[in-house]
Amino acid sequence: MPVLNAKENLVFVVNGRPVRLEVEPDATLLDVLREQLDLTGTKRGCNEGECGACTVLINGEPVASCIYPAVKAHGKNIVTIEGLGDESNLHPVQQAFLEAGAVQCGYCTPGMVLSAKALLDKNPDPTEEEIRIAISGNLCRCTGYGKIVAAVRAAAKALSAE
Amino acid sequence: MYWEKYYLARNAPEALDLLAQFEGQARLIAGGTDLVIQLREGQKRARVLVDISGIEEMQYIKEDNGKIRIGALTTHRQLAASPLLRKTAPVLAQAAASVGSPQIRNVGTVGGNIVNAQPAADTAVALMALDATATIISAAGEREVPLTGLFAGVGKSNIDPTREMIKEFSFDVAPGRLVSAFGRIARRNALALPVLNVGVSLACDRQAQNLQKACVCVAPVAPVPLRATEAEQILINEPLNDRTLRAAAEAAARSARPRDSRLRGSAEYRIELVRVMTYRTLRNALQSLEGDAGA
Repeated sequence: MPVLNAKENLVFVVNGRPVRLEVEPDATLLDVLREQLDLTGTKRGCNEGECGACTVLINGEPVASCIYPAVKAHGKNIVTIEGLGDESNLHPVQQAFLEAGAVQCGYCTPGMVLSAKALLDKNPDPTEEEIRIAISGNLCRCTGYGKIVAAVRAAAKALSAE
Repeated sequence: MYWEKYYLARNAPEALDLLAQFEGQARLIAGGTDLVIQLREGQKRARVLVDISGIEEMQYIKEDNGKIRIGALTTHRQLAASPLLRKTAPVLAQAAASVGSPQIRNVGTVGGNIVNAQPAADTAVALMALDATATIISAAGEREVPLTGLFAGVGKSNIDPTREMIKEFSFDVAPGRLVSAFGRIARRNALALPVLNVGVSLACDRQAQNLQKACVCVAPVAPVPLRATEAEQILINEPLNDRTLRAAAEAAARSARPRDSRLRGSAEYRIELVRVMTYRTLRNALQSLEGDAGA
């Protein structure tokens, strides 16, 4: 049968690195990222696709990994927060979040940063409305969103100056 | 374990073959944004999932001889961003843009939204307002069903995901001119269930003086999306003016049977919303007509 059964190896690219591993048929992408690949920057929040803490980019688009069956990721390109930058070399969106004080408890931040990156990759000069729509699937219970929107705007400027 | 096996089908015949092989124990999954949660919570059961979301030839939006054809696996994001839909059937582009959040719209499909059969599903309301038809395929062949015949109750469609699948949706956009609009009231703009959805489409002659066809769909005011047929009759039979729009909106409100709901508000409130939102949505649709008059 020319189909992929989950018990066989799943092959995908995570943060630029090809990965091949065996997954449970009912594992979600979030389970695999956190528990098999130790990429714990992706957070489990509501676990039902509502809060956006588990957001990762799949072929460049933000997706809720907590309700995304892992097998679906076969052959796809995944970017998690670990794929953006590291402590000594932050991605401009991460740098902008720091400088704007757009982080309080931090739990929504990885998803928020990835949604912002996906927006800026396609739309380097978004309006405030476009920024708000882009992060509308990411809930933050601390900041009130104002500083997050300001950070995305600052990141857009920084990226266009690069 | 929520399900035991997960297959990625590469084309529709392969998916139907797998369903046949598992004899009712397998069901289709497209985006899975509703189904995964329903399976975890035990609302639905399947031993085997057959994933059809990778079948690229079932993702399209095209115009073909006065009809728009939409592949069932087209995502909400693709619908919302489609220049063709924004021009010819804005009710559907606007409805798709209202679904969930970017994360959900990137994955969820229009076919899945319909099979899931929630009484206020945004794209269901829009496709009902466009008087669309679904093409359904199974091992037995192909059948066409009007959207109005697809819904059997809350969460129940007349499509059996253990042996058949939706191939495409189609609706007429010609002859004459078709205008349409979508109206939605929810607690927030994102990630919020609709308190009320209204979709309308109006087909008129070239001079835009008379309506040849009117479709008004409101939801959730019944177990399935409701076509307000009395309102549609008024729109077709009366002269096209503000009084007629108000009379149609009153008729739509009379036909609504919402329940009191802790999530969506009282029945009285939502009957009033049907009236207000039907009127506004009709006006919005007609404004697009005035906007391109003489075009």
